[in-house]
Amino acid sequence: MTAKPKSKPLKKTLPLLILAGPGLLYFLINSYFPMFGVFIAFKDVNYAKGIFGSDWIGFKNFTFLFQTSDAWIMTRNTLLYNLAFIALGTIVSIIIAILMSELLNKLYSKLFMTGLILPNLISMVVLSLLVFAFLNADSGFVNHSILRPLGIPEINWYSEAKYWPYLLVLIQIWKTAGYGSIIYFASIAGIDKSIYESAKIDGAGKLKQIRMITLPLLKPTIIVLVLMSMGRIFNSDFGLFYQVPMNSGALYSTTQTIDTYVYRALMQLNDIGMSAAAGLYQSLVGFALVLTVNAIVKKVNPENALF
Amino acid sequence: MIQTRGERTFTVFSAVVMFLLTVFAFLPFLLIVIASFTNETTLIRNGYSFFPEHLSLDAYRYIKSSAYIFIRAYGVSFLVTILGTAIGLLITSMLAYPMSRSDFKYHNLLAFVVFFTMLFSGGIVPSYIMWTQYFHIKNTLWALILPNLLANGFNVLLVRNYFKNNVPLEIIEAAQIDGASELRTFFRIMLPLSMPVMATVGMFMGLAYWNDWINALYFVSKPQLYGIQNLLMQLMSNIQFLNSGQAGNVLGAESVSLPSTAVRMAMAVLGIVPVLFVLPFMQKYLTRGVIIGAVKG
Repeated sequence: MTAKPKSKPLKKTLPLLILAGPGLLYFLINSYFPMFGVFIAFKDVNYAKGIFGSDWIGFKNFTFLFQTSDAWIMTRNTLLYNLAFIALGTIVSIIIAILMSELLNKLYSKLFMTGLILPNLISMVVLSLLVFAFLNADSGFVNHSILRPLGIPEINWYSEAKYWPYLLVLIQIWKTAGYGSIIYFASIAGIDKSIYESAKIDGAGKLKQIRMITLPLLKPTIIVLVLMSMGRIFNSDFGLFYQVPMNSGALYSTTQTIDTYVYRALMQLNDIGMSAAAGLYQSLVGFALVLTVNAIVKKVNPENALF
Repeated sequence: MIQTRGERTFTVFSAVVMFLLTVFAFLPFLLIVIASFTNETTLIRNGYSFFPEHLSLDAYRYIKSSAYIFIRAYGVSFLVTILGTAIGLLITSMLAYPMSRSDFKYHNLLAFVVFFTMLFSGGIVPSYIMWTQYFHIKNTLWALILPNLLANGFNVLLVRNYFKNNVPLEIIEAAQIDGASELRTFFRIMLPLSMPVMATVGMFMGLAYWNDWINALYFVSKPQLYGIQNLLMQLMSNIQFLNSGQAGNVLGAESVSLPSTAVRMAMAVLGIVPVLFVLPFMQKYLTRGVIIGAVKG
């Protein structure tokens, strides 16, 4: 960059500020205003008195929230589902990436990749219809075409909570693993081929090459991606947990996450205070997690830290 | 590269497993496509099947006969997708441009303002109250566009990174020495040189708008404003209602005229079709987009 005299700074910065204006204004409205709205969690919201006029009640919303069994269930569910998604999702994505990188025919690998990312592109509504086609009690594929011919008693999937942890994990992996493998695939493609050549000369078979070369070289990517998802472990995909089990009340014990609770408390139970309290609980813990994770990533691999 | 026998075996093994995985990813789609072409009585008697006894076009005939509902929903979806993506891309790139200019005094400040929104949020309740009580977007088209406009800061940082890494500052300086204003530099030089990232981010945004149903869930109760996803959702909740057993008493004879299961599956197929057109472009830009995106903000 050439050194320039710092004359007319306003003339230089003003056009750029104007360009940034609409975007900044949007973030101000959509993200920063609501941040100041967190005080709602400490109020007894009454629309008649208005948000600002409503009475302060301190931590009462939180006290109520944590006295219900909902608080424990939704926290447990959110954490356990995310742990399962991260662990299995990472493993399946890496396996796909490794197998994909073995294919010598570029046309095939393109075809497979396209097929595998398709599930990631559909909406949760369509996904819930796909799941419904398999699981509905009367004519669903699983009951009708698998369990019945095998003589196994049919299952009323949408009212039996115990099956949903497995179902939701399977569904989530089905939807996201192909997409998730892309970054690992790209990392593998970036590995210097001569390393494999020399390993081969030393007599290493394919599995040994994967264990001794591919996986160790993927390790930094894996660690960073896993840590990053740890930072979001208090968040869940609202659609997956609301839409796919069809908001069925019988399933709440295994499908309720913080996100679905916040929605239900706000829109269905009309308990704005409780909903805001749960939302703030999620935001604060999430924020603390992101900071912690970032500190760890910084230690492991400073280049990949977020900030 | 010459392959040893062990390697050849592994390659074949990979191909077979990948083929099976792809089939596994694809089968559910096939099931609903077939279901949408299945005769309704066959569907009720034999359940969903890959090899139905009787095929029929009834579901698509039904859709054709009440075309106005579907055309309206399609129209809403397309309008929202096109408007949202166009406005979103414009604002995103306009914000990303000053952020990418290391000679701009506030570029780091802007980056932080955007980045912080990814770390902390006030939660849904304050946003909901703000949009409904102060901006009154309930039951307007804006409800489907505004809350998702820049979705999150991620896209902005992605575009910023591309601008920064792929368009050298020297080009911009040269243009400005020739007398181009910032606006002109941005529209005539930066944007044309950044088509790949615009395509990638535009695709992400377009998909998000096309697949969105949450905004309507929160802000829209008028069926006229339902896009394709929300129309599907409405039909879904009708199925639940029918399955719950209350329907018989309440609906009586009317239940016959309710759209059939096959129609719902046909609707789902129609909801996926536009996504299929995006897929080849996806394929082309995705790897690149994901990798650019993985670079830290």
